[in-house]
Amino acid sequence: MKKNPFSLHIDVDSFLPASNEEKEYMVQMRPSSTFFRDGLKRLMKNKVAVISFIIIVILTLTCIILPFFWPYSYEQMLGMGKYGKMDPSYNNLAPFQYGATELQRIENGEKIFPHIFGTDSHGRDYLIRIVYGMRVSLAVGLFASIIVLIIGVIVGSVSGYVGGAVDIVIMRIVDIIYSLPDMLMVILLASVLKLTLGNALVGTVFEKIGGNILSLFIVFALLYWVSMARLIRGQILSLREQEYVLSATASGAKSGWIIKKHLIPNCISVIIISTALQIPSAIFTESYLSFLGLGVNAPMPSLGSLASDALNGVSSYPYRLFIPAVVISLIVLSLNLFGDGLRDAFDPKING
Amino acid sequence: MNTKTLIYILKRLLLAILTVWVVITVTFFVMHAVPGGPFLGEKAISEQALAALEAKYGLDKPLLEQYGTYLGDIVTKFDFGPSLKHRGRTVLDIILDGLKTSAKLGLIAAFAALAVGVVLGSVAALRRNKLIDRIIMVITTAFVSMPSFIMGTILLLLFAVLWPIFPANGETAAGLVMPIITLALYPTAYITRLTRSSMLDVLGQDYIRTAKAKGVSGAKIIFGHALKNSLIPVITYFGPMLAYIVTGSLVVERIFGVKGLGEAFVTSITNRDYPLIMGTTIILAALIVIMNLVSDILYKVVDPRINLD
Repeated sequence: MKKNPFSLHIDVDSFLPASNEEKEYMVQMRPSSTFFRDGLKRLMKNKVAVISFIIIVILTLTCIILPFFWPYSYEQMLGMGKYGKMDPSYNNLAPFQYGATELQRIENGEKIFPHIFGTDSHGRDYLIRIVYGMRVSLAVGLFASIIVLIIGVIVGSVSGYVGGAVDIVIMRIVDIIYSLPDMLMVILLASVLKLTLGNALVGTVFEKIGGNILSLFIVFALLYWVSMARLIRGQILSLREQEYVLSATASGAKSGWIIKKHLIPNCISVIIISTALQIPSAIFTESYLSFLGLGVNAPMPSLGSLASDALNGVSSYPYRLFIPAVVISLIVLSLNLFGDGLRDAFDPKING
Repeated sequence: MNTKTLIYILKRLLLAILTVWVVITVTFFVMHAVPGGPFLGEKAISEQALAALEAKYGLDKPLLEQYGTYLGDIVTKFDFGPSLKHRGRTVLDIILDGLKTSAKLGLIAAFAALAVGVVLGSVAALRRNKLIDRIIMVITTAFVSMPSFIMGTILLLLFAVLWPIFPANGETAAGLVMPIITLALYPTAYITRLTRSSMLDVLGQDYIRTAKAKGVSGAKIIFGHALKNSLIPVITYFGPMLAYIVTGSLVVERIFGVKGLGEAFVTSITNRDYPLIMGTTIILAALIVIMNLVSDILYKVVDPRINLD
């Protein structure tokens, strides 16, 4: 059709049905990726992070499942007879050795579950103690990080969003707490709370794992939230100037709604990353305290107290020191590497 | 130095004083909240003897008055009172005794870490992605993730038990080698990583390219431009490093049986020697706060680009 550039007639060609070639161009090749899926893909490509994650999962599953079918318990002194008599042949067994009565039973054709790591100086199966120590360490790390997470997010988002005098007061408090030497305060509070709490804990969960662990949680709740709060506040400060917040305010949204629906979801990657990196530091603190004898209560083992106990017999039984040392390094190292991987994969600042 | 820097330093100084005051107050009230008081738990004491002891140490006065006296004595006379368990010695005596050993260990460890870390970090940065860089990075990653008591016990296992080169007890000079190495390992690894990353950052800057284009020799670029500028983050690490060495020494002194400040602190807790616990906490905390303050101020003075807020 001849075309006059100034004609107002509609170009009929525009209304022809699309050819197959043109249709193909419009087909969505693959669904669009979300932020989370993108990050997950990047994380899966990071071999170190994946291996660390697998190690963490294996260790966690081991310390949850193994105690259910292990024939020995962490506090059972194997040499202890019915009438309170100790059979010393069970103390300080080397790996895969048996005590006197066990040897007798083996000769009678019974099958005895081996003591893979031997026993300790009180005749307790060492492997199950290591597993329980891992349980304590991982549980403490997880709960302490959750406490830090909750307090840090609440204080940080309130401080950042409300601003003004509230922000100034909170930030000065944060400054002071930040410059307190944390380990000293932990030790001080742990030692004092141990005396103060005394018998108040009898009958609760803390009776077994010890008041020191409770004081560790209290210290985490009092001191360690500050870096998380600072981080969240910084994020909120930059986020609340964004247009979508302005638009939400203009449509009459309340502060709580804006914090919950707009600000926190946008901070979520920062929150996840710093929580992941908080866990190894909490585990570190717990093992450190237990090593100094200010951690878990006596029969309950922790990796730190196992290492500390092993120090006394180090020349005769070096493996007893070596095993908890390796386990704790493995846990902290893989958690750190996994946290680094998470940061590389999910931090929007790095990916641009 | 301009007024802005001065105001900044004053502000930081105020915060440091406030922090030390908070530590003193918290420690005091926490210690006095313990039920039973310091004289219980020993052998049974008669009512009169207890009253006499409390009168002697001023424990019968109201709590606020005790707090006022305690704070006043520290500020005016630097007096932390007498120790309850070591008869006839003041808390300050015991602390200074321990501090001599601990400071010796800590300073040697700190400067060794600084020297070794900067050299290793620079080597790793200049040989980036070569074999030596990989080796340095793998080893330092392992050391950064290892708690100090693990490193100490492994060293003890290797060099005192399996292969006895050094004595396991830290009372002689040769016995101080392993505690120093244990204390220095983590900061060394950290400084190595810090130097490497900041050196890589500096080597990518325009002024390095300009210097190269002008034909400045390689050594002059490294020592004249790169090293100087990449040391700024390392300076800021100095304060936290000291804090690490101080708290690390609690464990290290325990492992190797060194009679230092950390050992005094841990024993005072098991002994329930309240004045000694308070004194050690306050002095250690003050040391850490002061070192952090110094490194912060140094940082702002060294790098004029830093925004003083």
